[in-house]
Amino acid sequence: MTGISAKQTPTTSKKSWRVVDIVVAALIAVAGGVIFWAWSQGANVITAPLNAVYPPLTGLYAGGWMIPAVLGMLIIRKPGAALFCETVAATGELLMGSQYGTTVLISGLLQGLGAELVFAAFVYKKFNLPVALLAGAGAGFFCGLNDSFAPWGWNIAYAAGDKAAYILFTAISGAIIAGALSWIATRGLAKTGVLSSFASRKAATEPVFS
Amino acid sequence: MRAALTLRGESLLSRANPLTKFVAVFLITLVLALSIDWVSATVALGFELLLFPLAGLTPLLLWQRGWPLILAAALGGWSTAILAPDTGTILLDVGIWSISSGSLELGLGFMLRGLAIALPAVLLMSCTDPTDLADALAQKAKLPHRFVLGTLAAMRLVGLMAEEWQTIGMARRARGVGSRGTPLQRIRATLGQSFGLLVQAIRRASRLAVTMEARGFGGAQRTWARESTYSPLDIWVLVGGTLIAAAAVAAAIGAGTWNLVWAATG
Amino acid sequence: MTPNRVGGVRPAGVTAQGWAWRHAGRPRPAVQGLDLDIRPGERVLLLGPSGAGKSTLLHALAGVLGDANDDDGEAGDSDESGSLLIDGQPPRAQRGRAGLMQQDPETQVILSRLGDDVAFGAENLAVPRAEIWARVHEALDDVGLGHLPLDHPTSALSGGQKQRLALAGILAMRPGIILLDEPTANLDPAGVLEVRDAVGRCLEKTGATLVVVEHRVAVWKDLVDRIVVLQPGASNDSAVLIDGSPDQVLEQAKEMLIRAGVWVPGHVPATRPRNSAAARAPGSAGPGQLLLAAEKLAVSRERPRRRGFKTLPPTPVQSGISAQVRAGEALTVTGPNGSGKSTFALTLAGLLKPVAGAVSATLELSAGAGIDPYAWKAEQLISRIGTVFQEPEHQFVTGRVLDELLFGPKHLGHGEERVDELLERLRLTSLVDANPYTLSGGEKRRLSVATVLAAHPQVLVLDEPTFGQDANTWAELASFLSELLDAGAAVVSVTHDREFSSVLGGTELALGTPEMAAS
Repeated sequence: MTGISAKQTPTTSKKSWRVVDIVVAALIAVAGGVIFWAWSQGANVITAPLNAVYPPLTGLYAGGWMIPAVLGMLIIRKPGAALFCETVAATGELLMGSQYGTTVLISGLLQGLGAELVFAAFVYKKFNLPVALLAGAGAGFFCGLNDSFAPWGWNIAYAAGDKAAYILFTAISGAIIAGALSWIATRGLAKTGVLSSFASRKAATEPVFS
Repeated sequence: MRAALTLRGESLLSRANPLTKFVAVFLITLVLALSIDWVSATVALGFELLLFPLAGLTPLLLWQRGWPLILAAALGGWSTAILAPDTGTILLDVGIWSISSGSLELGLGFMLRGLAIALPAVLLMSCTDPTDLADALAQKAKLPHRFVLGTLAAMRLVGLMAEEWQTIGMARRARGVGSRGTPLQRIRATLGQSFGLLVQAIRRASRLAVTMEARGFGGAQRTWARESTYSPLDIWVLVGGTLIAAAAVAAAIGAGTWNLVWAATG
Repeated sequence: MTPNRVGGVRPAGVTAQGWAWRHAGRPRPAVQGLDLDIRPGERVLLLGPSGAGKSTLLHALAGVLGDANDDDGEAGDSDESGSLLIDGQPPRAQRGRAGLMQQDPETQVILSRLGDDVAFGAENLAVPRAEIWARVHEALDDVGLGHLPLDHPTSALSGGQKQRLALAGILAMRPGIILLDEPTANLDPAGVLEVRDAVGRCLEKTGATLVVVEHRVAVWKDLVDRIVVLQPGASNDSAVLIDGSPDQVLEQAKEMLIRAGVWVPGHVPATRPRNSAAARAPGSAGPGQLLLAAEKLAVSRERPRRRGFKTLPPTPVQSGISAQVRAGEALTVTGPNGSGKSTFALTLAGLLKPVAGAVSATLELSAGAGIDPYAWKAEQLISRIGTVFQEPEHQFVTGRVLDELLFGPKHLGHGEERVDELLERLRLTSLVDANPYTLSGGEKRRLSVATVLAAHPQVLVLDEPTFGQDANTWAELASFLSELLDAGAAVVSVTHDREFSSVLGGTELALGTPEMAAS
């Protein structure tokens, strides 16, 4: 079959964003922002014991913030999705009142970049479990770097060893909470048929490792 | 949920362009971020509290909306106090915990700085309507309008999703999924509920995208029914932001407490 | 009518020749072999069974189907063949020539301020600023929303108002063809008429072409001058089954349309009548036995709010409601939108905490679980009171139809033997391995009823069970519930549907004014 009328309009490249990509990515991100916000509120309650014992352990909780980056990319599969989703999610958190002030935007941008670089390293062709885990870890790693070394980072005053421990914990948390959960969610979503207009519609039947 | 933070009504600062407000707040934030000391943070905090009435916020409203931030700042101060390299007299030393006079001062400065960074963002958002922000970002900051407006439209669905979250919770209880139980059961229940919400969110967003495209959205050219403008008020906002930032730095240098983060952490 | 001059609208014509479309990832085309001519200014009602591709056709005309083969050229991407043109041009090349309204009012609103939302389409067409606002005012007046301020929050509009707002947004683009995809399926009866009348007025004024998809024929019959019936694609047949004037088509194809589940005017689908001398089912409470009572109930969906150190109770949407639920009897809750019907039903069902007053279960129902259903554990609740939500998807908890049905019984530790019977009875047997979310609207509805019944509750609460359902699902559901009632179950339904409540009989609780009692 040939698309007679389709040929008469400029054909969009497979890498460019359609309106549906933008809106769904934004909603994942904004919903992520709400979850973030709840997560930040919860952060104080849940991380208080961790904080009291050994503050770098709070890094283990950080993965929740990075879900939009990985989930957005696994669903949309267009260059920039991780960066866009995470930045929008941070904007959403800012709108709701963030304990990190406007610096939450920079954290969001960097976390998104961490995940984006991993997907870019696989030329946006691989979206399997190991890549999702790596992307989560990438986001977590950048989150840890930002928190430990940026002037606005909350852990800027930690001793070097504690910083290293914190970064390790955020990377682990990113891999598991943001990476694995997003990957599982994407497969579940693909089975429901809601991803039928996205490149990820076949995610449920893709091989796990290759 | 967002409604909890944005005030309706016309305060002075709500009439300024969101972009200039953002630049002013960001400037204060950056300056405060450079140093961990209680003087610069306290000065900035003082000025910020003075500005809140201009954004239509009262101290009571501020407490109701801001207490999680205050708690977070306190915790941040605590972790810094016990983890920063010790200088001066050791006040407490229990295993991996140690607090010295130096690290305590650092922790205190840290806490105040956290507040002084968090509160202007609350101020900014309580007097900024997302629609105006989007107008400014697309028309003045020249961000791609498809992305800005797509995000703005998606944001409108969030309030709806908060309602739907509650409905899904009830609907699942009616299927026998309890939200009460052991922490593990509760986490599983929450994940299931989140998945249900995600399905609805993607469905809705896909339909919304169709609606937008059917209204001609997605092309390169578009006009704006409402123009995002700058006014003399915006100059005052920028001047105000710069003055607060400068006052904070000047006070800290004058008091001899200016303490660049990299120097502070050695 | 001088269509070319009013509001600058030039009515559009449609020509389809051998047009076919297959969605990405689907093995079969949604539409195949479509030959159709719609003259400028014509008003067409599009009918057909689910799966006939009605929505696909509207989306294609609206230019929102995307480009065929635009992804990565792999097998499984969408395919198009033949031609579908508006005024001789492909729809995608003509932004704003067609305006589309869909079913879910929430997704027809784009922005949070009334005026901005109407202006959106005109902005996208790069209409100059001054003209946009003139168009906005005119369009809002045309749909009857001109009395609202331009910064009125769109979230505060009712469903019918949201759809009229969507119509205003479409009109502001000055389209030559208006496409309506089940525009009133999610609305209450008042909203349906509101929207239909607004569409009628705008067509009179602009002379634009209309294509509407809707399975309730009576609503649109007098507004259209042609009915086209589509059939699911089969490669040798034509996609158009019947085409003609409304009276002619309804006469010729009445039986066929009824079989396809279309609501044909003047025809109420046959249902199983209630048996007034119902035999008492063994093990269940006798007919007329009181199971659940609401006394002076005040209801709200909101939770108590904390303001500083104080806790404020929510403002009830409705208060002073008293009602009784009895075995073998139906209770129908009616009232206009916003009267708190659903909120009341959910409170009665033990899912929301009463703001004031009490819901109490009698010993017959509670069987040792305590008097207050809200305090019951989830497992205790589902075997006593079953609640079917308006949106079936909200209640899906697994990824497979059979697991959905087994979920309740497994948690309770009994009742798995009943599952086969329910599958059979609600025609779900062939779907046991499907993912619940992938079912059709009617199938989802039947599944959601079956899953709740699998836990064998004595009281069944249904929130708008017939909303948006075709006539076949409607008749099946009504018959099935009448059977349950005769077997001794109590059925509480929130509905606008008079025919449905008359099949079930019983009492009506009409909400609306603050003080209410069961009549």
